[in-house]
Amino acid sequence: MTDLDPDLARDGPELTGEELHRRLTLAWRRPAGLYGWLSSTDHKEIGKRYIVTAFGFFLVAGVLALVMRTQLARPESGLITADRYNQIFTMHGTTMMFLFAVPVMEAVAIYVIPLMLGTRNMAFARLNAFSFWMYLFGGIMLWVAFALNVGPDAGWFAYTPLSGPEFSPGKRVDIWAQMITFTEVAGLAAAVVMATTILKQRAPGMTLAKMPLFAWSMLVVALMIIFALPAVALDSGMLISDRLVGTHFFNPYERGDALLWQHLFWFFGHPEVYIIFLPATGFISEMTATFSRRPVFAYPAVVLSLIATGLLAFGLWVHHMFATGLPRMGYAFYTAASMTVAIPTGIQIFCWVATIWLGRPVYRVPMLWVIGFIVTFVIGGLTGVMLASVPLDLQLHDTYFVVAHFHYVLIGGAVFPLLGATTYWFPKFTGRLMSEAWGKVAFALVFCGFHLTFFPMHITGMMGMPRRVYTYPAGMGWDTLNLISSIGAFILAAGFATFIVNALVCLRKGRVAGPDPWDAAGLEWATSSPPPVFNFPHIPAVASRTPLWDEGEGLPVMTGLRVDEREHLTTTVIEAIPSVREPSPHPTIWPLLSAIAIGVTFVASIFTPWALVVGLVPSAIALAIWFWPKNPTVPPEPTIE
Amino acid sequence: MRRLAPLVALLALGGCHGQQAVLGGGGRDDALFGGLWQIFLIVTIVFYLVVLAGLTWAVLRRREGGEAVVRTTFYIWVGVVSLTLVGLSIASWLVDRTMNRAAHTGLTVEITAHQWWWDVRYISPGHPDQTLRTSNELHLPVGVPVQVILNSADVIHSFWIPNISGKQDLIPGRNNDIVITPTRVGIYRSQCAEYCGLQHAHMAFDVTIEPLATFQQWWGDGLLPARAPATPEQKAGYAYVTTRECATCHNISGTPATGKVAPDLTHFASRATIGAGTFPMNRGHLYAWLADPQRAKPGNKMPEIGLEPDQLHAVAAYLESLK
Amino acid sequence: MMTPPPRFSGDLAHLPTHGFGHRSLTWWGIIGFMLIEGTFFALTIAAYFYLMSQEQSWPPPPFPPPNLIAGTLFTLMMLVSEIPNTIIKKAAEEGKLREVRVLLLVMTAIGLALLVIRGFEFNSLNVKWYDNAYGSIIWALLLLHTTHILTDWGDTAVLTMLMHTRHGIEARRFIDVSENALYWRFVWIVWLPIYLLIYWLPRLA
Repeated sequence: MTDLDPDLARDGPELTGEELHRRLTLAWRRPAGLYGWLSSTDHKEIGKRYIVTAFGFFLVAGVLALVMRTQLARPESGLITADRYNQIFTMHGTTMMFLFAVPVMEAVAIYVIPLMLGTRNMAFARLNAFSFWMYLFGGIMLWVAFALNVGPDAGWFAYTPLSGPEFSPGKRVDIWAQMITFTEVAGLAAAVVMATTILKQRAPGMTLAKMPLFAWSMLVVALMIIFALPAVALDSGMLISDRLVGTHFFNPYERGDALLWQHLFWFFGHPEVYIIFLPATGFISEMTATFSRRPVFAYPAVVLSLIATGLLAFGLWVHHMFATGLPRMGYAFYTAASMTVAIPTGIQIFCWVATIWLGRPVYRVPMLWVIGFIVTFVIGGLTGVMLASVPLDLQLHDTYFVVAHFHYVLIGGAVFPLLGATTYWFPKFTGRLMSEAWGKVAFALVFCGFHLTFFPMHITGMMGMPRRVYTYPAGMGWDTLNLISSIGAFILAAGFATFIVNALVCLRKGRVAGPDPWDAAGLEWATSSPPPVFNFPHIPAVASRTPLWDEGEGLPVMTGLRVDEREHLTTTVIEAIPSVREPSPHPTIWPLLSAIAIGVTFVASIFTPWALVVGLVPSAIALAIWFWPKNPTVPPEPTIE
Repeated sequence: MRRLAPLVALLALGGCHGQQAVLGGGGRDDALFGGLWQIFLIVTIVFYLVVLAGLTWAVLRRREGGEAVVRTTFYIWVGVVSLTLVGLSIASWLVDRTMNRAAHTGLTVEITAHQWWWDVRYISPGHPDQTLRTSNELHLPVGVPVQVILNSADVIHSFWIPNISGKQDLIPGRNNDIVITPTRVGIYRSQCAEYCGLQHAHMAFDVTIEPLATFQQWWGDGLLPARAPATPEQKAGYAYVTTRECATCHNISGTPATGKVAPDLTHFASRATIGAGTFPMNRGHLYAWLADPQRAKPGNKMPEIGLEPDQLHAVAAYLESLK
Repeated sequence: MMTPPPRFSGDLAHLPTHGFGHRSLTWWGIIGFMLIEGTFFALTIAAYFYLMSQEQSWPPPPFPPPNLIAGTLFTLMMLVSEIPNTIIKKAAEEGKLREVRVLLLVMTAIGLALLVIRGFEFNSLNVKWYDNAYGSIIWALLLLHTTHILTDWGDTAVLTMLMHTRHGIEARRFIDVSENALYWRFVWIVWLPIYLLIYWLPRLA
């Protein structure tokens, strides 16, 4: 190494390689120890804690499912009381939908997207950190309540008037509604972070038309979250208000309307399932391309399908309300809209199959999950087409047929891709590969267990078994099918357990992975596994959709960012022309402290509305300190013009 | 035709002959529903097989190239999927429209759902004194379109007799109704199909479809006051029931028990079940219910009375006589 | 690391470290926030119309419509506040620290006055939130908007303090002032339909 000018503060031909790594690490690393960990603004750390937490909720909610299946394995089994069962099915649905399905997709994106886009951190790094703490606190509040037998018991969609003050006295439903507030704040914050990062922080040359399909799916999802989540936040706010301070939004005896709840809830609820599904389609696109050794067929068609799905998703919600007695002519519109949304999904399926057909596929474990996804999800999509028909739905609504449908689309359509994506990006997160052999075992157990559990439910539904029943009478013809489902559930659980154990063991003992173990095309594979804290030593530039396949070893990079201060690049929205050298926040404890102040305010407001007034003060102070600029550690530079 | 056998078997798996089954057969719109279901089932199975075939071919294919073929197939695929969905939408709409064509109803029944039991009123237009009130059971004449008016006294429930028709919710503050036409004599089972709280799983009722003459006879019998107690035990039971706690909530026509907030017991013993479809009507279950209703159906609105053994025998004897 | 030397294809050193409008990351955050809060308001307004569609008369008897004085005074003051708001936005974009400092004090004072008038508004609605669903929904609309006034006032107050410290000269702080002014626009624009729905529709319907 030559003698470097100590005044030199930028990367470039004179400052590259090991010395650059050392200087950048100094600038970007956070303090060691617990305090440093709690103050982290690194998207990779935040992403990992989000992923681990989400999987944790998945496991506990899954255990609840096993308890339910044990109860339902026999008629009138008497294992669990009605009250406990009703809490359990509510907690299962609520945890899976609010604490697992959406957060885990966000989580993977928080880790992967900045790497995929060639940038050093997400936009609003502190807001990113804050969003995790709000999510965690909401989840903890819910589960502590459940452990104390104050868990919600009105179902994951808490219809009024059942969930109102008269028929759900006590704090159970308030806990549920306030958990929504926590997770909605977290989700909305994460959506703003995600959308801004994808629009403004792509690598130079990565125009919107060259952006990876996973980034497209997350952009669409971030926008969907922005327009959908306020509906459930408003709904749950109105519910808490009815329960706590005597408003009458949902009280038909004081000019309110029980159905107002359903309209607002499903206006959120239907887009919600696509918020869960679209990131999974992004996973499938990435894995299919990598393991077919070619880009996805008809990229523009896939992008348009993502956008179309995102838009159409907002026009379907009444199909959850066909039995409520609304005008029939209106129903016809929602049937047509619900059918229409199958078209862009059908286009994506075609494009993935076409990619495999045209390519030279390699069947590593992530590809098995892709195949499993197609085989499974399509069944769920097709039963969805059935449920879109009003006459069919009026029979099948609220039966086990619907339970089968949504598990096919959620597990087949979201969890399978997630498990594939976890296997796929595991080497990037950890530097080691998961075991191929055990991955195949896990896949086989999950695939077989899943179908054994949920296929019979189509039949039990048609045989008249309603949903959300803690037991059922003998002699209805449902016994054997329920037993089969219950056996399947344990096989499914064994499969998930195998997957988790594989991941945990390979954290320490897996085969060491290089930067690009799958020989994939995206920018995330252009840096080491795991990436250094600053992601890329030099900011990469791209000229195609598959940079690593096209540029090979000679990926072009830009110079000129400071190395003594945290800096990343923002680019223009459509053409990704370099725009501003944006500073990135240092580690700070204030997002956590703000989340604590706001969290305590939210929890206390379940008991008295005055908590909002009192809690405003520490929350405002914490937020003000968060935003108050810190004294710079190095002198700010004048702009070079 | 022989190739359709597995398909028919699949349809048969739909519990064709259950008493609470979607394809159970017993309603005017069976053929319409069954036809629509078959169309959807066949179309979706075909599409699924096409996707599986495409996927299998893609997985097994060893050659490269073929972009042009794929592009053409893509347009065909989008066209076929779109047209099929349009067709399915139209089929669905036509069936829905036909199912909802106005029918001259020959009978009106008003059902009020409560947390975890059903209040049923048979209305005779112009003859209010002929209104029959029962609970937790439904008798209907075969072949007559019935307008069922749906009210709720508390939360949202759902009225659903799978053998006869699709469901409709009972929503407090909203006037819903459904027209159903049973077409087959028999006994079916209905179960509440919207989660309504603690004992949602035990909120069912029996549906007896009978010839018109039988139905009218049943209605007439139902209008008669409760049978007078005959044996000393029944008399003791009568004394208890009409003067103690029971009378506050329950109604037994022709007796001082005129409570309105619980199921009508006038002809209690002629029902097939106790507790809204929870237990079969027999002595053992009746005793269990009376001794401790909270043990039998936890959370239901009937409190534990704390009957002494002799009171228990008396009350049970009286109730058993209410045919 | 035994990788070949990087292929340098461009230099970023000449780029500025900040920019106004869409060149600022926080601008995008503010737009995101407006979309979120705008959706909140749109849905609450939808609920208002939904509840209204079930009534023969609005407000449902026996409640009279809200008094016009406090609400109209509030609206006029909000519209007038756009004048100093536009000036301060321009001043921030031109880096004029003294003007910005003075106008921030003005905006903070205006915000405080508006909050006081808002208190009178709540008192003059002629219905309580627990009276019926009509009461609940107009209180909800007013409360939702009040949280915006309150948080924006809080932002403005903190910014006022900040601009009076030595941080005031930093370019990034001028961007904050400009974006705060942008958000204020959203707060009064969103108020206009709510004003009509609370005060005028019950008189015309």
